[in-house]
Amino acid sequence: MLRHTLAVLVENSPGVLARVAGLFSRRGYNIDSLAVGRTESPDVSRMTIVVDGDERVLEQVTKQLHKLVDVIKINDITVDEYVDRELVLIKVNADPAQRGEVMQIADVFRARIVDLGRRTLTLECTGNDGKINAFEESLRPYGIKELVRTGKIAMLRGTKYTGYQDNGTKEEI
Amino acid sequence: MQKTGAQILVDSLLAEGVDTIFGYPGGVVLPIYDVLYDSEIRHILTRHEQGAAHAADGYARASGKPGVCLATSGPGATNLVTGIANAYMDSIPMVAITGQVATPLLGRDSFQEADITGITLPITKHNFLVKDPKDIARTVREAFYIATSGRPGPVLIDMPKDVSSDMAEHADPGPVQLPGYSVNQEPDPEQLARAVRAIEESERPVIYAGGGVVSGGAHGELLELAEMLLMPVATTLMGLGGFPGNHPLSVGMLGMHGSKYANYAINECDLLIGVGVRFDDRVTSKLEEFAPGAIIMHIDIDPAEIGKNVGVDIPLVGDVRLTLRKMIERLKPRVASQWRDKIAVWKKEHPFEFVENGRIKPQEVIREICNVTKGNARITTEVGQHQMWAAQYYTFTRPRTFISSGGLGTMGFGFPAAIGVQVACSDETVIDIAGDGSIQMNIQELATAVHYNLPVKIAIMNNGFLGMVRQWQELFYNRRYSYTELDNPDFVKLAEAYGAVGIRVTKKSEVRPALEEAMAVAKPVVLDFPIEREENVYPMVPPGEPIHKMLG
Ligand SMILES: Cc1ncc(C[n+]2csc(CCOP(=O)(O)OP(=O)(O)O)c2C)c(N)n1
Repeated sequence: MLRHTLAVLVENSPGVLARVAGLFSRRGYNIDSLAVGRTESPDVSRMTIVVDGDERVLEQVTKQLHKLVDVIKINDITVDEYVDRELVLIKVNADPAQRGEVMQIADVFRARIVDLGRRTLTLECTGNDGKINAFEESLRPYGIKELVRTGKIAMLRGTKYTGYQDNGTKEEI
Repeated sequence: MQKTGAQILVDSLLAEGVDTIFGYPGGVVLPIYDVLYDSEIRHILTRHEQGAAHAADGYARASGKPGVCLATSGPGATNLVTGIANAYMDSIPMVAITGQVATPLLGRDSFQEADITGITLPITKHNFLVKDPKDIARTVREAFYIATSGRPGPVLIDMPKDVSSDMAEHADPGPVQLPGYSVNQEPDPEQLARAVRAIEESERPVIYAGGGVVSGGAHGELLELAEMLLMPVATTLMGLGGFPGNHPLSVGMLGMHGSKYANYAINECDLLIGVGVRFDDRVTSKLEEFAPGAIIMHIDIDPAEIGKNVGVDIPLVGDVRLTLRKMIERLKPRVASQWRDKIAVWKKEHPFEFVENGRIKPQEVIREICNVTKGNARITTEVGQHQMWAAQYYTFTRPRTFISSGGLGTMGFGFPAAIGVQVACSDETVIDIAGDGSIQMNIQELATAVHYNLPVKIAIMNNGFLGMVRQWQELFYNRRYSYTELDNPDFVKLAEAYGAVGIRVTKKSEVRPALEEAMAVAKPVVLDFPIEREENVYPMVPPGEPIHKMLG
């Protein structure tokens, strides 16, 4: 099993998310994460989809996605150099006695404290999923009360780009 | 000029060349019906929305033009669903228009509200909910473009009542602009070169042709290519008529109920050329042993079909007709082929067979239908044993003459489809070959056929069983006929009650005269053929077995 990161440009029209998500469930493909938001163009949204599967599955996922009329463009950026980020919010148990330790961990991961309860701290951290996983693991011993991750977003490094106004620097797959 | 949304809709349909709509009215589509009242578009009122969708489908399959159906919101729309799914599975161009509750009522579980765009998401090529009358003209244009281009399919337009009654400017939407939608027409030149080489090097090639040949209008090219290289041609159920069934190179249908010689040919070929096919499990059966020694070439307009079910060695994504044309231009004819001769021997040794015993045999009835019509009728079928016998025993020589539910296998399809076919081909003989079970799924459409003077003939192979299911129970469930026996109505009286003609055939000797009589009547006719009750369809590849291991 390989994990692929797809950058999918779609028309910003109602029902697109349902179409994409429905396609995955209907055909039995496994979505690892999916993040959607608008792009530099207001008519176009971008989905970053992480899928599990071998080359054959990936080929079908891509081809089936392409068949959706609202899908403008798909790039598999897995093999390119890209920056990716995910944001996590974690609410962790932190009695006054443990606060210092938790804050130290936050420091190490360059996380920020965004809220403070009587017995809890809420932290925000961004990074690639390796970093986020490590952060989560370090806080686990204190007791995680709540955790939410955005899913991964990604962008190619340097001058390559996969945006709508592509001038051919990255081949469509 | 300001017009109501309904007026814009109907004018846009006219602009797309629509001459017929199959539909059923209701509250929220009244603005549309009111415009249709004065319109040049012919509206056929079916007796069930499923009938309307299948009729539109039949119309499209026979004419090659997109079929249009119309229903009201809620139950009207959900009644279309089977018909839309059927068209989707067989890649039939269709535009389904549904009424919807007014936009302020959307999402409130209002009276007769159903989220039909949500419901039809997985069974349409695309769908639209129109929220502003200004968008109607563009939406209709896009819908027809999407439905008919590339791999055809059904498109649904959902029209809220206020959108069809409000006024707006009707401006021509201009050319279609869909940045996310493109169709590959031209095959890749390198793959084309590989394909040509593979054909030249092959000794035992077989063409496996499907519905894409028919819908792509590539039957002429297929014939030319096959004759040029003396390549045997097997067709799928959907491909019947795409290659003349009486041609010496034809090996008929392949797959679960295909001919033995077609399945043997597939099993022993060294090159399999799939043309407009999708390697459906009813064809391939056990995938790992399908065409085991062959290089697999696959021509299809839909890139997603390539490699979906089988690994493909030579993919050719493009318009089937154009691709075959390019192949023909690059290939040199063959003068002799031992392989063809070998298949000719198989063909002689393993014809379709059944035991004659003095009783009425469905296979014989179908052969007679072919004789009486000289193979020139448009045949539709329902789903079951009779469908397979029709595929095996009627010889289809022209495309668009065999009209049957392939992918979804929808009982109740054939008769309403025949109505659509008869509307499209008013001068031709249209016959629905039916089972006694299937015909009762949309029998109410007899009223439609009678009302519009559509002289469709229904030939019921009446075995008192849900025959195909009974056959499986006999073969795989120890003859435990769980809920497959039917108590049927008197089909002759039923026909008469609807104002049609009913004919019952009780003896073998009456089969031909009855058929001749039916053809001579310019009215819908129901022919009831009480056939041998436990007749089976053979050959049969048992599920899970490789296709050369057939029963019967
Ligand atoms: C709508 C629908 N329901 C159920 C089935 C499953 N099914 C397939 S064949 C068949 C029996 C068909 O019986 P009949 O129409 O009498 O035809 P026969 O096989 O006897 O020729 C059934 C129930 C189906 N294909 N479609």
